[in-house]
Parts: sequence; C-alpha cells; structure tokens
Amino acid sequence: MDAVPLTLMLAAGTTMVLAVLGLPLAYWLATSRRAWRPIVDAAVAVPLLLPPTVLGFYFLMSTGPESLAGRVYERLVGGTIPFSFTGVLAASVLYNLPFAVRPFAAGFAAVDPRLVEAARCLGASRLRAFIRVVLPLSWPGVLTGLVLAFAHTVGEFGVVLMVGGNIPGVTRTIALAIYDDVQALDYAAANEASLLLLVFAVAVLTLTYALQRRTVLL
Amino acid sequence: MSRRLDVDITFRYRHGPVIEGAWSDSLDERGVTVLLGASGSGKTTILRCLAGLEQPQRGHIRVGDRVWFDAERRICLAPDRRDVGLLFQDYALFPHMTVERNITFGGARLDRASVRRRLEELVSIFQLDGLEKRRPRQISGGQQQRVALARAVFRRPEVLLLDEPLSALDAAMREDLRNELRGLIRALDIPTYVVTHDRLDALALGDRTILMEGGRIVQHGPTREVFGDPKTPTAARLVGVDTVLMGRIAAVAGGLATVRIGGQELRAEAPGGVGAEAAFCIRAEDVMLARAVAGDMSAMNQWRGVIDYDTVEGPFVRVVVNCGFRLSALVTRDAWQRLSLQSGDPVVAIVKAASIRVLLRGKGAP
Repeated sequence: MDAVPLTLMLAAGTTMVLAVLGLPLAYWLATSRRAWRPIVDAAVAVPLLLPPTVLGFYFLMSTGPESLAGRVYERLVGGTIPFSFTGVLAASVLYNLPFAVRPFAAGFAAVDPRLVEAARCLGASRLRAFIRVVLPLSWPGVLTGLVLAFAHTVGEFGVVLMVGGNIPGVTRTIALAIYDDVQALDYAAANEASLLLLVFAVAVLTLTYALQRRTVLL
Repeated sequence: MSRRLDVDITFRYRHGPVIEGAWSDSLDERGVTVLLGASGSGKTTILRCLAGLEQPQRGHIRVGDRVWFDAERRICLAPDRRDVGLLFQDYALFPHMTVERNITFGGARLDRASVRRRLEELVSIFQLDGLEKRRPRQISGGQQQRVALARAVFRRPEVLLLDEPLSALDAAMREDLRNELRGLIRALDIPTYVVTHDRLDALALGDRTILMEGGRIVQHGPTREVFGDPKTPTAARLVGVDTVLMGRIAAVAGGLATVRIGGQELRAEAPGGVGAEAAFCIRAEDVMLARAVAGDMSAMNQWRGVIDYDTVEGPFVRVVVNCGFRLSALVTRDAWQRLSLQSGDPVVAIVKAASIRVLLRGKGAP
C-alpha cells in the first residue's frame, strides 16, 4: 500500500513548509497594528469556509501550463504543477494555512508584548527575542498548529483530487485510495484504511486538547 | 568634553494627544533625573521614545556623539542598538527563565567567564544570593524588582531608564524599597531617568526633576529648585503648594534630627545619621501662626519670620511666611482676622516635629 508513505510524505512536507512560512506570518498577524491586517487574517482563514474544490479550481487555473507560474515552473524545473507531487504539496500548504497559522498566532498573541520589548532593550535582535522569549512561551500553540496541519493533510481529499488527479504512487493518498476501494466495491481494503485514519484522527485530537489544557486555540 | 543627552522630540498619538519633550543633560554627573507628572502627562511615552520602543514623528535624540534618533535624517536605532537599560513598571521578567538566566540575558555577546563575573558582582550588589535558580514567580515583589534592575544594568548601559519603579508595590513596601532603590542607583553610578507620578519618589530619588503636564515639560531643573520655587501655577500644583525644604542633618539626639536651613533650626524625626541629606515636607495645614514665641509649648519648631503675602482659599487663608525659607500656612479666616497681620509684619510659625515628613535623598544635590 504505497499510499501510506506518500500520504506521510505529503503531510510532513506540508507541515515543514508551514513551519517556515507560517511562523513568521502568524507572528506578524499576532503583533501587527497595521490597518490592513484583518484582510490578511481573512485571507489566511478563507480555506476554513471554502469547499476544497473552489481552492483546487483556482489553484489549477493559476498554475496550469498556460499560466505565468506554470510557464516559469516548466522553464526552471520541467513538467507541470498540476498532477505532480509538488503541485499537491503547494495546494495542500495553502489549504492548511489556517490550521497552522491560527493556533500559532493565538499562541503568540498570548505572550506579553512587554517581554519582547524587554528582550529588545537587553540587546536581542528581533529574531533572538522571538527564539528565546516568544517561542518558549507559546510552544503549545506552535505544536498544536504543526500537529493539526499534519493531521489535516493526512485526511485531505478534495484538494488532492482536484490538483493531483489520482495517480498511484504520485498523488494518490490514503483518502483517495479509500474512495477508489469503495468505487471498486473492495470494502475490506476501504475499511482497513478508514480505520487507520479514524484512529489517527482521534489520537491527534486527544494530543491537541491535552496540549491546550488551559486555552482553547482552535 | 562632557557627554550630553540631547532630547528634542514630538510624538503624536493617532487621534490622540501630542507629547513634546526637549531638554539636555550632562551624562557625566551620573545623577538621577525624575520625570514627574500625572498619568497621561506623557512621561512614559518620552521614556519609551528614549528606549526606542516608540518612534517620535519629529526631532532628535543624541547621546554623546551618537545619534539614536533623527527624524530628518531618517535615523531611528532599534532598541537593541541603543545601549539602554529599561526597568518596566511590572518588571517584565521572563517567566520561563531562572533568576540567573534573566539577569544574564543581555550578555549574549560576552564570553562565559565575563558573564560569570558580572553575574556574581550583580548578585552580590543586589543581594540575590541563593535565588539564582528560582523562577520569577517564586520570589517576592521586592526581589523581582532587584532582579529586573540587575538584568537592566547587566550590559552597563549608557543610560538607565526606570518606568514607575515603585508603583507595583503596596504602600508599606514602597517606603522601604524607595530607600533601597536610592542606594542601588547610587551604587550603580549610571545616569538614570525615573518616571513617576509620586512626588515623594522625585524628592527621594531625583537630583533633577522634569515636571510634565498635558504632554509638555512644565519645568526642568535641580529638584531642590523645582520643588522650592515652582515657576508656574501648574508646576506648583504638580509639586504641591506646601513647603519642601532640603538640608543635611547636623545633629541627632533622641531620634530627633536637627537641620539648619536658611538660618533656622528645624527638628524632625531622624531618617539617618549626621551628614545624611534629606527632604522635609511640611503641609500648610500643619503650620500654626502666632504673634510671639511661646515659652511653654510642646511644638519643637518655632520660627520667626515676616509675612510675605496671603490669599483667601474658601474658609481658609493661605499665608506665606518668609523665615529664611518660604513656608506656606493654612489658617481659618477667623483666626487670620484675630491675628490682624498683614504683609511685612513679623510673625512666628509653629510646626510640630511629628508633622514634618522626612525623606532621605539621593546623592548630588547640595
């Protein structure tokens, strides 16, 4: 069942990219006083409300072979973004943005801003203040965000189907495999995979709520 | 050449007040300057602008030959480039670090041995022995203040900024810690700016005082001058219209200090030994007036003087007596009529030693 390693790879990749992009974005959202911050807030949260097909549709439109992004990608890397692992990964990052960034930002917002100011006045750069003061005081939020992003990617269906097609070994994740199994009336295989995802989801949510004993971040 | 702190800034809150501050101080004197004003007068904003936590819209801040801020040249150094030590109102200690880690946080660029040495030095100055491995929430308010101060001065900043250092404490502790803080600032020997709304803090800590109201500096000068001779009604209200005298204790007997001020002898509770410098605060309602010195009277202070002027305040009359220093007295209109005195007449002012409030003073002021 090569869907399992593929799914884990996609989830791990999505989580890593979100850690790199999402942490600074979330910190900006948690501390910015700019007037247009709510717009960015809304943009990050949009995938919570949109059906995955809508996101997938716009993603396909903006990354297809005719699009600017598609042509640049073909020139630099070769191949197309849709129906590739890279494409699924990129779409998955976008779709999971709120699941990572919102808990991150909630964790950061709970850190007393004067502690950061104190660190800055003690000679710490922005980055050092973030690493030494903000992160240690907001790790439950950060961990929650990473866990949710990972788990949500594991269970993703619509976006992967729209953007990745359903190519075994390339873009066919567990969720898609279950769909195929049911279509093929192979209920035994579907049951096995479904049970795996169910147990995984319950375990992840238990872990998440255990981390959030005091504050509910999502 | 003397190194100076040169400040001339305007900070405008969006849809809010405008804060202006302009003054210049020599940093070589290493004294304490108190920014005194009610809450909302802009004193904390000025302090935050000095630290680089807020950016003024206009003006400049220069320290020696370094420019910290210059609106026209578009220079605004980040807080970590300014070499300031800032003590926050509620200390802002890092809750996840031990006392030791808090104190040494500023030592990132020092080698291990120097950090060790400086830590030991500060732990001993601030009497924090044995607390190094505790967390901030496991120590008392007074200890937290000392840790925060030790942390702020770890890098030997050029300027030390204290934001309402005593306001997080209850009244009983305030008194003790005010004295302690005075001793510590003196030991540190770093030019210090203290923001406070409490004139007692200014009297106890300040070599110089900057009075602020409504976002503007009302008066700036040696504390003794600002309190002894407020230039405007606003300044007078800020320092309190009652009498503040400063002097050095000449003798102590039976717990009572004798101080010579303006050719008079003043007796009050002794806060320290002979030679200690103190401020003596006398409330106008505690001053009695008489035509002649009384022989059999319990009050320890009877000063001969001359009536300067009097003004009616409701049922009372405020009488200012010049008895080598200016003393403000508040008496009823009836009593004032009975005495039938006017400007230029001799008078005796009487004050019980027990009703004089005594505050030990920082170094510097004469």
